[in-house]
Amino acid sequence: MLAPEDEETEASSSTAQPAIELRGVTVARAGRPVWRGANVTIEQGEFVAVLGPNGSGKSTLLDLLLGLLDPAEGSVSVLGGSPGRGEQIGYLPQRHAFDQTTRIRGVDIVRLGLDGTRFGLPLPWQNAHRKKVDGAIDVVGASAYARRPIGECSGGEQQRLLIARTLIGSPKLLLLDEPLDSLDLPNQSSVSALVDRIRRERHMTVLLVAHDVNPLLPYLDRVIYIAGGRVLAGRPEEVITSETLSDLYDSPIEVLHTSDGRLVVVGLPEAPAHHHDRHAHP
Amino acid sequence: MNPALPWNLVKDVQQLFVYPFMVNAIEAGTTVALMAAVTGWFVVLRRQTFAAHSLSAMSFPGASGAALAGAPLPVGYFLACVIAAGAIATGSRTGNRRNPSQQSAVIGAVQVVGFALGFLFLSLYGGVLENLESLLFGSFLGITTGQVRELLGVAFGTLVFFAIAGRPLLTVSLDEVDARARGAPVRMLEIAFLLVLGLAVAATAQITGVLLVFALLVAPAAAAREFTARIGVGIALSVVIGLLVTWVGLGLSYYTNYSVGFFVTSLAFGVYLVSRASHVLAHRREALGRFEAVRAAVS
Repeated sequence: MLAPEDEETEASSSTAQPAIELRGVTVARAGRPVWRGANVTIEQGEFVAVLGPNGSGKSTLLDLLLGLLDPAEGSVSVLGGSPGRGEQIGYLPQRHAFDQTTRIRGVDIVRLGLDGTRFGLPLPWQNAHRKKVDGAIDVVGASAYARRPIGECSGGEQQRLLIARTLIGSPKLLLLDEPLDSLDLPNQSSVSALVDRIRRERHMTVLLVAHDVNPLLPYLDRVIYIAGGRVLAGRPEEVITSETLSDLYDSPIEVLHTSDGRLVVVGLPEAPAHHHDRHAHP
Repeated sequence: MNPALPWNLVKDVQQLFVYPFMVNAIEAGTTVALMAAVTGWFVVLRRQTFAAHSLSAMSFPGASGAALAGAPLPVGYFLACVIAAGAIATGSRTGNRRNPSQQSAVIGAVQVVGFALGFLFLSLYGGVLENLESLLFGSFLGITTGQVRELLGVAFGTLVFFAIAGRPLLTVSLDEVDARARGAPVRMLEIAFLLVLGLAVAATAQITGVLLVFALLVAPAAAAREFTARIGVGIALSVVIGLLVTWVGLGLSYYTNYSVGFFVTSLAFGVYLVSRASHVLAHRREALGRFEAVRAAVS
């Protein structure tokens, strides 16, 4: 029941088109629906957090936008076209730490973001390439350790270098899968601020998968909450409320506001791997 | 063949090229060292030394199979290695992800089946493998001009593969998920690499023997990685180490009458030890520098 919407692809030249549009999308993995009936519109330039328990299908959403997975139902439009727009999307996969024995320099890893999947004889570095690589490394503030083996860099340093790799092709859309995971709290805040600064400077749309919304709260335009086989999108203050989350999880949940503006979500069920099964027919 | 050593380096080196068998040995050794050093750099990066080792062991079923079929030995080597590489490539994935633990199990299975088949071929053949020693420890000195040509062909093919596919292979090796999302043919690259590895190992094993393949395949690359984290410099250094080890080993063997395999392996191991030591020292010096800087800042 795939519904291609040709009118939409034709309208791709207009500037006000949304960066991402999901209409009635259901996705399935191995024949089982992960989530269904998602209607999401993300405007260009927005900073969006993708939240939800483990196994709820956050990475699945990114796979969908990358064109690695076809929707079982509904239509998906990314940057005004079909998903999987190659160089227009910068993608940072879920945490993949380079261990100590990885003796490849950070600067080379960043460089591979530019032409790493291209076949052909790798010629020595050209000046234009060098400028792009140094520029991306500069933006994330990684110049001091970019020439050390990446395995010897700390988690936060590796994450900054990997973000530089996603930036190198000057993408219009950044998809970051749990970039804050396994970082300590100061690094979570500074990487969040870094991503916000970059998307403003470069007019990019950012989708960032996260477990904890708090480091991101000051910067977010929108939140996509995935739980119980459903997808909700809206402004953070609309979505992260006791009523909305209780309804989404189908169990009582309380959202508390601390005096310093942080949100605390209380009463979350233990992250079930196949939570959506119970909600196959909501 | 035990010429006196007159301690005149120019003359000594000139004398190495007097006999055709030595010329062949140097040509074959150079070809194999070059190919093995480049291939080995990727083997070490991808942590596939176990695969490389098992592929080299396929020379045994290859040799006994060739003896049974009355085919030339190299045909057996190449066939066995390529079949084993194909089996490892197909068996080592779960879904569309590379699965390291499954891969090592598959490699172990392939290895033991290879040995069993080799033994079966040998008992069917009913004889003794005449060149068992050269199978195990190599035969630098009995190399024909035809063999040299065949090795050159394999080396050329291998190097062309790395020239064309080396960069995407590097990307896939470092971050498979990212490479797949960017449209790299991950599966094809992995299979192709294992097949090329099979070819390179089969060629190297003809010179170094099954047991000493790593002297040229893994040791130079492993040492180069300790010296530098740069990609291009690392591959070049791996080649330089491989060539030096081979040339010096051949020369020493010529003048001392001890086996080439012994010298090449000991030299390669020696270079690796030095590389590890220099790495540790460099780190210690760096740590000491940081400590001094902190102390200076405090006082």
